[in-house]
Amino acid sequence: MFLRTALLVLRKDFTIEVKSREILYTTLLFALSCVLVFSIAFVKEGEPLEDAAAGILWIAIEFAGTLALGRTFERERYGETLRALLLAPAPRTAIYVGKMLGIVVLLGVCELLLVPLVALLFRSPLFAEPVLLVALLLTGTIGFAVVGSLFAAMLVRARTRDVMLPILLYPMTVPLMIAGVRGTVALTQTPADPTSAIMWIGLLACMDTVFLVLALWTFEPVMTE
Amino acid sequence: MMRRLLVIVWLVAAAAAPVLAMQPPAAQSEYVPVKDLPPVDQLPAAPLLVAAYSFIWLVAMFYLWTIWRRLNKVETEMRALEQRQHRGGGR
Amino acid sequence: MRKAFLPLLVVTAAMFAYAPVMIAHADYESTMGLVQKVMYFHAPSGMVMLISAVVCGVASALFLWRKDPAADRVALAAAELTALFGLIVLVTGPLWARKAWGVWWVWEARLTMSFVGWLIAVGYLFVRKYGGPGSDKLGAALAVFGTANVPFIYVSVNIWRTMHPMTTVVPTLQAGMRGAFWFSALTLFMLYGLLLTARVHLERQRAVLDELYLAEEDRS
Repeated sequence: MFLRTALLVLRKDFTIEVKSREILYTTLLFALSCVLVFSIAFVKEGEPLEDAAAGILWIAIEFAGTLALGRTFERERYGETLRALLLAPAPRTAIYVGKMLGIVVLLGVCELLLVPLVALLFRSPLFAEPVLLVALLLTGTIGFAVVGSLFAAMLVRARTRDVMLPILLYPMTVPLMIAGVRGTVALTQTPADPTSAIMWIGLLACMDTVFLVLALWTFEPVMTE
Repeated sequence: MMRRLLVIVWLVAAAAAPVLAMQPPAAQSEYVPVKDLPPVDQLPAAPLLVAAYSFIWLVAMFYLWTIWRRLNKVETEMRALEQRQHRGGGR
Repeated sequence: MRKAFLPLLVVTAAMFAYAPVMIAHADYESTMGLVQKVMYFHAPSGMVMLISAVVCGVASALFLWRKDPAADRVALAAAELTALFGLIVLVTGPLWARKAWGVWWVWEARLTMSFVGWLIAVGYLFVRKYGGPGSDKLGAALAVFGTANVPFIYVSVNIWRTMHPMTTVVPTLQAGMRGAFWFSALTLFMLYGLLLTARVHLERQRAVLDELYLAEEDRS
């Protein structure tokens, strides 16, 4: 029942998105613009600064993810479907999980484009250890989506939601970002360091578990009036 | 409110100004005994220590003062409300 | 309880005024010299900040799941004090670092996490002020998440190799420094307790005032 509801919510978002592809395209383009802006800061005399690619990749994911979160829940608020969702005879945490999975899928598609692009533009050997990179990106994105979906859902009724989401989200996701960036740096070093990367992946998985459990506990009381 | 804020900011800035005036040299990776540092690096530590101590005093007192001020406001409102009730309670 | 507040405040202030005397008599640290004495306030402030963050988190959890309004008041007060003592840590730390390390700030694990913790506390205060309806629950969820981050702050020093003194500094403190250290720590803990009590009292009075307003509206 729980999983079915979550997958239903995911399918609903997916169907709406496939029709218009509005959030996907705009998020992708925003990520590209981010990469462009960062290139101005982090490229010196035509050469990208060392290890800049790792940071640029993760920051682009975080910024694009924040926008995508805001827009996904704005869509619910605009269509006034949030109340309908909450009134549905389904466990509310399942709705949260469905939303969260939607964000993971959306960001995953963005990363499919971003990672090769950053590797190309900043001449970074991101694909030296592809399996570990995928694991790193997966755990990092899941962690970001877990925290972000919760905060975005909570802020839907606030008047200052657009600016409050980054204010709340960025400090909370700093451990995730640090782990992601340091893990990516470990993978793109000249003698790649898979042991460190595995340690960071483990830490990310630990954070994901803790945050997911907390989110599942807190979603219900927070969304109840 | 604005004036009080400006006074606080001025106090903090005045305390921090001499400390901020010193430019930092290149960072070191290990502790170097104070005696072994070149004379130019031997910053007088006393102003930093005094600044830290006075900052804590200032911040704690400022916070206590804000609590006291807000508490006064709430209690004034409560008294006004009680008076209104006593006056209108006769009805 | 109320009556004890003012005398305790005077005692704490006296202790705080006396602390420099104790600190001056404590052992002189040979590598860092005089400025190391900032540690007597910096480290306990850090402890108080972490304690306050945990208090806020626990109170927020109680509020979220038991809907206890007193817990919400404590959470708000503790968050304000986390921000306050976090500010003390973030200001006294660089004052110490400037002399001891040569730079005001270094982006290493513990400093970064302390900064992050402080930002989360300030974010909580912003949510309570500008969050709109339901902001108390929103803030409570934020605080619960923030508290989950506190262990990461403590552990991070031991994972990353760093310039910041390892967390084992306090247990291995020299005997000559221990007296002054625990005296300063006690002073700051008492200060924290007093400020927390005062702040919670303010919130309680505000709640009483709201009740009075509601009662008046019901009557008219």
